[in-house]
Amino acid sequence: MYDTPKIIINDLNVNIGKQQILRNINVLIPENKITIILGPSGCGKTTLLKTLNRLTDLYEDVELTGSIIIDNIDILNTKVDITRIRQKMGLLSQRPYPLPMSIFDNIAYGLRISGIRKKRILNEKVEHYLRQASLWDEVHTRLKDPASKLSIGQQQRLCLARGLAVDPEIILADEPTSALDPISSQAIEEKFIELKNNYTIVLVTHILRQARRIADHVVFMYLGDVIEQGPAEEIFNNPQMERTKQYFKGAFN
Amino acid sequence: MMKFKKTEETFFKFLMLFSTFIIVAALIVIIISILYKGLPSLSWEMVSQTPKGGYYFGKEGGVLNAIIGSIYLSAGATFLALLIGLPVSLLLNIYLIKQKRIVNTIRFFLDLLWGIPSIVYGAFGFTIMIYFGMKSSLLAGIITVSLFIIPIMVRAMDEVLKNVPMGLMEASFSLGSTKSETSYKVFLKQCSTGLITAILLSFGRAIGDAASVLFTTGYTDNIPTSLNQPTATLPLSIFFQLSSPISEVKSRAYASALILTIIILVISVITRIVSKKYDKHKIKF
Repeated sequence: MYDTPKIIINDLNVNIGKQQILRNINVLIPENKITIILGPSGCGKTTLLKTLNRLTDLYEDVELTGSIIIDNIDILNTKVDITRIRQKMGLLSQRPYPLPMSIFDNIAYGLRISGIRKKRILNEKVEHYLRQASLWDEVHTRLKDPASKLSIGQQQRLCLARGLAVDPEIILADEPTSALDPISSQAIEEKFIELKNNYTIVLVTHILRQARRIADHVVFMYLGDVIEQGPAEEIFNNPQMERTKQYFKGAFN
Repeated sequence: MMKFKKTEETFFKFLMLFSTFIIVAALIVIIISILYKGLPSLSWEMVSQTPKGGYYFGKEGGVLNAIIGSIYLSAGATFLALLIGLPVSLLLNIYLIKQKRIVNTIRFFLDLLWGIPSIVYGAFGFTIMIYFGMKSSLLAGIITVSLFIIPIMVRAMDEVLKNVPMGLMEASFSLGSTKSETSYKVFLKQCSTGLITAILLSFGRAIGDAASVLFTTGYTDNIPTSLNQPTATLPLSIFFQLSSPISEVKSRAYASALILTIIILVISVITRIVSKKYDKHKIKF
């Protein structure tokens, strides 16, 4: 039933200080599918997502054990060049964090740090990725404006375009629609469905309806444990575990 | 119960108004008194000439030596402090992001240094000068004053950088930025206004301090032409003129204070205008 796994998480344990946040996580994330990490607030979804590109490095007292294998490389190995790994992944966070620069420079930033300097190539790529995030038509007349002038929904699409511009293979999204209005949320969801042909998408959410709309693969978590995982249809139509059934019935909401 | 809440509201409102009034009133009294006592002596001669013979007995001349000296000294010290202070504040907030305990210890010591009176820095600078066999000079003054304003600058910048949300840092790293790219391309842009304010605050402290330059910079009636020469500063010029028994010289002390205030005012206004230009890209959270 499994497709080729893009990310293999083996026996991952995460502790912050004395508190255990994630317990023995074993998860396979299939390539070019939307994998939804589902669960109530505080179950460790976001932490799991942040370990995937080692943003956990930024927090004090975080201890990781186990392994996360992406393309045969264990990214938890400290000898791995983490900036290279992070460029393989785009990140969308709960609310958009555009960089403090113009709309154009927000997209060009990632390109420039990876060594692209030619003005013509930058122009082409910025247009390409803004179009890919369905933002070009709204902003092409004011690319020099500060990104902070955009609406929240536009900013989130700008962050998506910015993430795509570094040419990642994986998109990580942490409740990317939670700060957005319904129309902007729908735009982002539709974008994800379009993008999954070329990207492996990992999306964290606690919104069951959103998961049902777009998931190919579901990982259900509860209090630091993975309770159940598998193809979306199986999980939604025929959950095996009691906790999953309760969650679907709305017991935790 | 309602009555108590209302009394409480009125009381705190009054307290806040009263405190604000005290601060504003003190500032106004100071400005009025230097205007009242200094304005009669303020002339083009005061700002365009160095002291001539007999200046300190009320004869002709001005304080151009101290104006130029103060600007050289504070600009030099602020620049030197910036070269050291900016990397330190970036280190605290980006490179040592995981080592909160070390960062807090460093902050604690910086706060201690902030509290040390400037005369102690002056004495410290003087000891070092003697050790190296230096005479009082512009360079010695710049080094001493920069030591004295570094903690102020670092903590002021630190407070600004601390307020950058974690999400922006994560966004920058997730694009594959290194720590230095995050520092110089993202944080500096986001914080430019606050950082400029921090630099301005340090400059204000540098130009207004008398004790740290007393032994280290010395005093002269000439405009310095190299870093090795002693240099006059406005605070010391005010101090010397104020201690004169001659009323005309005393009045010139107030005029010098007025000049110092105007310099700080002009620099504040210029930096505000310049920093507005960089502010437009700042992301408001």
